[in-house]
Amino acid sequence: MTFLQIIFLLFAAVILGSALMVVTTRNMIHAALWLIAALFGVAAVYALLNAGFLAVVQVVVYIGAIAILFIFAVMLTRREMRDKGPQLNKNWWMAALISVVTFGGLFGLLSNWAGFSKTAAEIPAGLDAVEQLGIALVSPDAYVLPFEVASILLLAALIGAVYVAFNKE
Amino acid sequence: MTFWTDPINFVADWLMGVFTGWGMAEGLAGVLIALIGIFALVTFAMLLDILLVWVERKVVARFQDRLGPNRVGPFGIFQPFADIVKLLIKEDITPIGADKIIYNLAPIFSLMSVLLLWAILPFAPKIFGVDLNVGLLYIVAAGAIGTLSIIMAGWASNNKYALMGAFRTVAQMISYEIPMVVALLIPTLLAGTMGVNGIVESQGIWFVVLSPLGALIFVISAIAELGRSPFDLNEAESEIVAGFHIEYTGMKFGLFYAGELLHAFTFGGFISVLFFGGYRFFGLENFGPIVAAVIFLLKALFFYWVIMWVKYTVPRVRIDHMLAFNWKFLTPLAFVLLMVTALVSKLLAGASAGWHAAGLFLANVVVGWLTIEILKAHARRQREREETPAQPAVQAAQH
Amino acid sequence: MIPLSWYLTLSAGLFSIGLFGVLARKNAVAILLGIELMLNAVNINLVAFWRYGDPAMIVGQVFAIIVFATAAAEVAVGLALIISIYRRRKTVVADEIDMMKW
Repeated sequence: MTFLQIIFLLFAAVILGSALMVVTTRNMIHAALWLIAALFGVAAVYALLNAGFLAVVQVVVYIGAIAILFIFAVMLTRREMRDKGPQLNKNWWMAALISVVTFGGLFGLLSNWAGFSKTAAEIPAGLDAVEQLGIALVSPDAYVLPFEVASILLLAALIGAVYVAFNKE
Repeated sequence: MTFWTDPINFVADWLMGVFTGWGMAEGLAGVLIALIGIFALVTFAMLLDILLVWVERKVVARFQDRLGPNRVGPFGIFQPFADIVKLLIKEDITPIGADKIIYNLAPIFSLMSVLLLWAILPFAPKIFGVDLNVGLLYIVAAGAIGTLSIIMAGWASNNKYALMGAFRTVAQMISYEIPMVVALLIPTLLAGTMGVNGIVESQGIWFVVLSPLGALIFVISAIAELGRSPFDLNEAESEIVAGFHIEYTGMKFGLFYAGELLHAFTFGGFISVLFFGGYRFFGLENFGPIVAAVIFLLKALFFYWVIMWVKYTVPRVRIDHMLAFNWKFLTPLAFVLLMVTALVSKLLAGASAGWHAAGLFLANVVVGWLTIEILKAHARRQREREETPAQPAVQAAQH
Repeated sequence: MIPLSWYLTLSAGLFSIGLFGVLARKNAVAILLGIELMLNAVNINLVAFWRYGDPAMIVGQVFAIIVFATAAAEVAVGLALIISIYRRRKTVVADEIDMMKW
């Protein structure tokens, strides 16, 4: 077992453990904070995969904006939803069954695939992934259209969120 | 390679020789040396922090026409140590109803968000933690952890003033992150890289000449990000007592305080790195990395002083003014400036460095002049509206 | 080196946990938290396939960026809806928001 593998297992444990806490803990603020721990672990996994840009963007977008927004929303909607009492449906065992079956199905499907246990090739020398990504996002031959559509989606979400949450009284 | 041309690698090689001489595996020795490096950098930062406490108190005293600490040691230089002893022997309180784990984690996160920034500070050509190719985004990411720590502190304290401070912080930091990121994109655009080392190396002409407005926007949003006056709404002693750290005593408060001072100094360093040439000072940096590091620290200290100057001169702004200033003025200006900078530097791509700089400077002056004209027109309209409050309907009809 | 299977297993596990959260939680905000976990699981897959496929083909990272943007938009609108519902009906329990059922 190499050093990298130990690091990976450590972060995988952090991700899965925090994710379990997110879906089971009663206190909603704690759930949001556990989500931050899980997202941090995912950022570390990106770094392990040599995707440094995505790792940093993950921290900026998810932890800096989305998770903070979640904490804010939990605080704003807290009066009725006390932390007491069950936070799970009465059908939670059904949900657990479906998740386990999903995991088993995904794992079974993937383990029959030939490329399941392949190892990574070396990153070619001189390949700057960030530069490639930047060019790909604005090049008409590559992904400029999805990029623009995503920006329009964000604008629409901005206007929609302001309109929906605006207090008319 | 001697100590004077490349001190970090020299020491690292020497340590590697010592460790492998003891029969240690090379990989383990590498990890150990990296840990020692991190420890040394953090220790240096915290020692500097102790000095900063003294500097802050002395400078604020001069701004307020006082003497400041002058009893303990020459010029009161040992005052911070007395402060530390005081903080250490204070009672350590965790309020009833507080969320204990989060309450105790928050000050650690607060200091951590600052120390993370030190990993990418380029002190000299060969003295830096890492040279990340996404360095500027990393600054924003570390800031996100700072925001998180304040929310954790505010929520876990079980105190309404603390929660109000946390709410204000969210509004402020998330808003001012936008002009800050846009201002960070301007050096990225001019240097063609997001790595801070690359940005310093490409500043043959300091970027403050190429983009004075960008530097101004960055300084303003950095002060807002630091939560210092005029943007210290999350503490606002006269309104919400002490905001998010109201319940913290002893060394836990000390961590917030140390984090705030070091954060200000670190951002002073980043202002100098991004817009004022970092360790470069008219060729003086060629005398070796030690001289370059001294130049960098002096520049960082100077901009730290500028931040203090603003802090102790400008009164606190009201919260709606703070948000309006960001959304109606700073963010649009930052976006316009980014577009103008991109356009002009593309148009002048073939020109010599001097013409390039002159064109960008001129573009900035034009943008700045237009901004002032628009503001003047807006203020005039507002004044006219306010001077005739008796017949608002008539006013509306006239326009 | 870490084999691809580890990343895929991690991502499958994270996806299933997120799915459980979406199906089993009462609180609407918690359901959104579960969706975030699922999106992250997808992202791990995308980046892992980029790294273990051909790193010169940047498409995996581009997709991950688009997922980030989508997630941000989804959270903004979703939380705005939840806050709006809370204002009118004083509840964020998904089961109690059943006006349209009859």
